[in-house]
Amino acid sequence: MTGTRRTVAALFLLPALVLLGALVVYPIGYSVVRSFYDQSGDGFAGMDNYTALFTDEGIRTALKNNVIWVVFAPTVATALGLIFAVLTERVRWGTAFKLVVFMPMAISMLAAGIIFRLVYDQDPDKGVANAVWVGVHDTFSQASAFPKAHPGRESPLESAGGGAFITKSPVRAGETVSLPLVGVAPDLMPDGAKAAVAPKPEPDKITGTTWQDFTRGKGVGTLNGVDAAELGYPGMKVEAVKDGRVVASATAADDGTFTLPASADGAQLQLPASNFKEPYNGLDWLGPSLVTPSIIGSYIWMWAGFAMVLIAAGLASVPRELLEAARVDGASEWQVFRRVTVPLLAPVLAVVMVTLMINVLKVFDLVFIIAPGSSQDDANVLALELYRKGFSEDQPGIASAISVFLLLLVIPVMWFNVRRLRREVRR
Amino acid sequence: MGGKEYGVYYKAANKSLIWYNNQVFENAGASEPETWPDLLNTAQTVYDSGVTPFSVGGAEGWTLTDWFENVYLSQAGPEKYDQLAQHKIKWTDPSVKDALTTLAQVWGKPDYIAGGANGALQVDFPASVTQVFTGGDQPKAAMVAAGDFAQVNIPSTMKIGTDAKVFPFPAVGDNGPVVSGGDAAVILEDSKGAQALATWLASPDAAQIQAKLGGYLSPNKNVPNSAYPNAVQQKIAKALIDAGDDFRFDMSDQAPQAFGGTPGKGEWKILQDFLKNPKDIAGTQAKLEAEAAAAYGD
Repeated sequence: MTGTRRTVAALFLLPALVLLGALVVYPIGYSVVRSFYDQSGDGFAGMDNYTALFTDEGIRTALKNNVIWVVFAPTVATALGLIFAVLTERVRWGTAFKLVVFMPMAISMLAAGIIFRLVYDQDPDKGVANAVWVGVHDTFSQASAFPKAHPGRESPLESAGGGAFITKSPVRAGETVSLPLVGVAPDLMPDGAKAAVAPKPEPDKITGTTWQDFTRGKGVGTLNGVDAAELGYPGMKVEAVKDGRVVASATAADDGTFTLPASADGAQLQLPASNFKEPYNGLDWLGPSLVTPSIIGSYIWMWAGFAMVLIAAGLASVPRELLEAARVDGASEWQVFRRVTVPLLAPVLAVVMVTLMINVLKVFDLVFIIAPGSSQDDANVLALELYRKGFSEDQPGIASAISVFLLLLVIPVMWFNVRRLRREVRR
Repeated sequence: MGGKEYGVYYKAANKSLIWYNNQVFENAGASEPETWPDLLNTAQTVYDSGVTPFSVGGAEGWTLTDWFENVYLSQAGPEKYDQLAQHKIKWTDPSVKDALTTLAQVWGKPDYIAGGANGALQVDFPASVTQVFTGGDQPKAAMVAAGDFAQVNIPSTMKIGTDAKVFPFPAVGDNGPVVSGGDAAVILEDSKGAQALATWLASPDAAQIQAKLGGYLSPNKNVPNSAYPNAVQQKIAKALIDAGDDFRFDMSDQAPQAFGGTPGKGEWKILQDFLKNPKDIAGTQAKLEAEAAAAYGD
C-alpha cells in the first residue's frame, strides 16, 4: 500500500471515526473514569461508588425490579407475539388484526405512559382497569346502602368492632330506643327513605327509630332527637344481642321505625357491619405491591406487536411441506405447533427475546411516567435510579457507576447477538 | 454584584391556604375555622354531613411537606422553623414530634381523607384540587390545602369567591402560618436594559398590571390590595402582607434537592410513608433525620 492510499483511506475513515469517538467512545470512557471519582469529581474514590451500588437500598430495589423486568417482560411479550403470529396466519382478517396489535408501536413511550397512568387510575370513573375490576366484583357482591354512616356526637351507640355499632346500655320491653347515626350523603340515601318518626312505646315490645340525625344546612339539629327534615334509614338491620348471641332482629321501615319482640328484653341493640359495607374501590394498581407488574403490562401492550411482526415474518419462511408432512403423519395441531413450528422458529424467537432483553434493561420512560411519586421507589429500575442519582441527587459518581454496571449487564447479551449474527453470515 | 448572585422576587405564592367547596360547607352548616381545634371540628361536621373532609394530593410529596411546614411554622414559631430549615436543629427535636402528632390528628383518620391514605397517595396535585370542586353536592372531598396557584385547577363552572372559597391555614400555635414560595427574576448577562427591566419588574407599577389578570401575587408591599381582581385574591394577598416579617419561605425548597425535592426520596417519600402509617412518629423522625444528615452533608 502506498502512502497516498493510506492517506486517502484515513481521510475516508475520519468522519466516521470522529463521530463514533465523540458520540460513543468518549462518553463511555468518561463515564468509566467518572465512576471512580467522588461527588465533586475532584477526589479519587476508588471502588466507593461501586460499593454504594450494592449497599444503597434504592439501588438494590432497582436491581431487583430489573431482574423481574428482564425475566417477565421479554418472555410474556414473545409468547404473546408467537400466539398472535400463529393465530393471525389462520384467520381471514389476519392483516387487520396484526395492524391493530402493532399499532401501539407507533406511539411514543411517553404517550403510552400517560395513557396507562390513566388506565390504572384508582378512581373507577376514570381508570378502565379499575372500572372493569369493580364491575366484575360488584356483580358478585353488592355494596350496602349506608357506607360511612357513623355515630355522631354524644351518641347512645358505640363501635362494636369490625364496623358494627352497639348501644351502650341494654334495652327494656315497653321502652323506646333511638339509634341516631350521621354521615350518609343525602343523595346516597335509599330512594324510599321517608321523614323519620319518633318511636311510640308499645307494651311488651321494644320500639325504636334509626335515622340520619343530620339536617341539611343546620347540622345535627336536636342532638339525638328526631327533627322534622331528618330521614329514616329504610332497610337498616337491627339485631338484639344478649351475651354475644342474637336473640331477635328487625329491619327498619321507610320512616326508620322498627319493632322487636319482648324476647329482646335486656339485650343490647346492634347495627351489624353488613349495613355499612364500603363500596368496593378496586385494586391499587399503582400501589407499592402491584406497580411493577402493572408497568410491565403496559410495556407488553407496546412490544407484543413488535414480537408478533418479527415472528410472523419468520413463520412465513417456514417450509409448508414440513407442517403438511407432520399432519399427514397424524400429528395433532398442538403437536405440529409444539414439535415442528416452534423448533423451526427458535432462531427468530431468540432474536426477539434478546432484542427485548436489551430494550428492557434500559427501560426508563414508562416507569418514570406511570409510577406516582409515592410508589416510584417501589417501581424503581436502574435507568431511573441513574437519572435520579445523577440529576436530582447530584451524585454523578454513583450515577456513572450505575451506567457502567448497566453496560456490563448488556454486554453478554450483545455478545450473544453478535456471535449469532456472525454464524448466520457464515452460513 | 460583588461576586454574589442576587435576584429580584417578582412573583410570590401563598401556600398557607385551604380551599373549600362552599356548597358542602353550607349543606353541613360548617364555618371557616380559625384555629386547629376549629378545623378538626369543621372536619367532623363535614364528615357527619356525608362528605369526606380533606383531599390530599399524596402522589406528589410537596403537597405533604406544605402541610407539615404550615403546622410546624405555626406551632414551633419562625425561629425554630429557620433552624430546622438550615438543619441547625435535628429532625428528632421535640418540636417536630409535636408537629407530626398534630398532623396525625388529620392524617391518622382514614375517613377524613378522600380515598383513605392509600387512595390519596395516588392522587396528584391537580386532581386533588379538582375533586373538591366537581361532583355537585357530593364531591369526593370538601377541603384541600393548596397554595393560591390552585385556582387554575378549579373548574371554570365553579365561581371563585362564591362556589370555591378559601380560608387561611388555621393557627396551630399563637399565630397562623404563612408559608410562601416565590419566583425570582435573575440577570444572567448584565446590561443597562436588564437592570432597568429588573427594577421595573420589582416596582408596584408592574405588579399592578399583572395583578389585575388574576392568579398572581406580588411580593411588593406597596401594591394596593385593590389591584387584585376579586375578594379571594385580595384575601390571599392580605394574608401574605399581614404576616410581615413572620412569613417564611417553603422549607423543603430551601433544603438540598435530594432531601426536599426528589419524588420518591427524602422528605417527600418519608411523609408519604407517614401518611400511610401516621402512628409511627418516632420512626418517621429518625428517618427524616438520617436522610437530612446525608443530604445536608453533616
